[in-house]
Amino acid sequence: MTVLVIAEHDQKTLKPATLNTITAARKIDSDVHVLILGHGVSAVTAEAAQIHGIMKVITADDPSLAYGLAENAAPAIVSLAGTYSHLLAPATTFGKNVMPRVSALLDTQQISDIVSVIDANTFVRPVYAGNALATVQSSDAKKVITVRTTAFDPVNAQGGQPACETIAAKGDSGLSAFVSAEVSKSDRPELTAAKIVVSGGRGMGSGENFKIIEALADKLGAAVGASRAAVDAGFVPNDYQVGQTGKVVAPQLYIAVGISGAIQHLAGMKGSKIIVAINKDPEAPIFQVADYGLVGDLFQILPELTGKI
Amino acid sequence: MKILVPVKRAVDYNVKIRVKPDQSGIDLANVKMSMNPFDEIAIEEATRLKEAGKAAEIVVVTIGSDKAQDVLRTAMAIGADRGILVQTDAPTDLGGVEPLAVAKTLKALIDQEKPDLVIMGKQSIDDDSNQTGQMLSALLGWPQGTFASKIELTGGKINVTREVDGGLETLSLSLPAVITTDLRLNEPRYASLPNIMKAKKKDLAIMKPEDLGVSYTPRLKILKVEEPPKRTGGGKVASVDELIDKLKNEAKVI
Repeated sequence: MTVLVIAEHDQKTLKPATLNTITAARKIDSDVHVLILGHGVSAVTAEAAQIHGIMKVITADDPSLAYGLAENAAPAIVSLAGTYSHLLAPATTFGKNVMPRVSALLDTQQISDIVSVIDANTFVRPVYAGNALATVQSSDAKKVITVRTTAFDPVNAQGGQPACETIAAKGDSGLSAFVSAEVSKSDRPELTAAKIVVSGGRGMGSGENFKIIEALADKLGAAVGASRAAVDAGFVPNDYQVGQTGKVVAPQLYIAVGISGAIQHLAGMKGSKIIVAINKDPEAPIFQVADYGLVGDLFQILPELTGKI
Repeated sequence: MKILVPVKRAVDYNVKIRVKPDQSGIDLANVKMSMNPFDEIAIEEATRLKEAGKAAEIVVVTIGSDKAQDVLRTAMAIGADRGILVQTDAPTDLGGVEPLAVAKTLKALIDQEKPDLVIMGKQSIDDDSNQTGQMLSALLGWPQGTFASKIELTGGKINVTREVDGGLETLSLSLPAVITTDLRLNEPRYASLPNIMKAKKKDLAIMKPEDLGVSYTPRLKILKVEEPPKRTGGGKVASVDELIDKLKNEAKVI
């Protein structure tokens, strides 16, 4: 068996999610290859060529792959699929967008968001917003899988000597074109890879008030997240959202500020090692999952915490 | 323009689910079921396009038991013109009708109905797969605009703004296309009583999977369904000083 991992990158650097996905792949078989699809990605290939625990890096470098369009990426993956028993990608928005397209083209039923590998055919995945874990066994000859990266440790980004090769892309489908992007710029760590996350909810009251969240986050070297309510209210951009359908995080420390703790939010953060909840409502459901709950006015507590920590 | 909107009857958003004691699945007996929230957003978006004069007809489709007619009526009360139920007694959450089979069913219906646009939820809140729209567009050879927070029809194309990990991204897709909805595409309306009454008279066709040449034999066998490990939360601290002390000396995370 050989396992293909589709790399997550931004055309310039390899994203850490790739390293977690390789760990999941290595639980299936030690013969793991990494595929990089992009345009002008020689730096990404050079980074991947250092990864410990993989046998080969394959790069398809083509203008049609510059924006990760699913209509162009899926045929490129499918063209390689013949020799692989498993095709894995992280369950990022890129992986979630492309892999089902690959899966349908290969006539195989994808297994989404796995959190554990039992054997080469059997996997565990969360369902019902993480309120249940399903162990599923695939009868398909070829498995297409997305991986919940927080459930797997990263492999070492250094120390490997995989072989490198290039393949041709399949060209532009003509079906879709990139128009523009509004990328949130931040010097803070990436939400899904951060060791500490500070998140704000509806209780923050406004986007302006998120400054006190950011001040604490910067003191701790943390990422900033938010509940759906805070995003819907326009306090912060969509990419801050932690939850069932937003980002799933599992940091060492998660600090929930002014977040009541809807099921859908808990689904995105209850894998965190330590959870701190700060909320004025002592009955808020978030306290039921918190290791340390502090009831009180966040506008007093947060500046005090930032000052003393 | 004709729009097809697939919808699903799933456990209600607010229900706290229970795993069956024999670990075979989720106990759905006497549990409130509703239209999957992302699908409500899809039907709302289609309805807005029709109200704006950009769509002529909205066809709503579901797969499920006879009870799934409820969600078709709900969709017709919001704005769909007619409904199609593909009737099956197979479970639609786990171990029954899987995303690939749903995509094949929809492909067969689309070959008959020939819509210009499909708008559907990005995932259902029961099995949380997030696959069907992407699979459907692959089977049709159409472009896909997933996780949409804004769509705009312009000169025979559709511009789709997508919620992606880094922020927002806008793509231009040729038509026909498949769009999957994210939370912020719109806020679905509540159907008015007169519209609920009118919806009862709208056309609802019932088909069988065999009529469409599809089978619901699952590819994934559910070996067991368990509750996740419980967190022992509920701990409280009285002050910021105590919190900092606990984080430093007990949890050792800062």
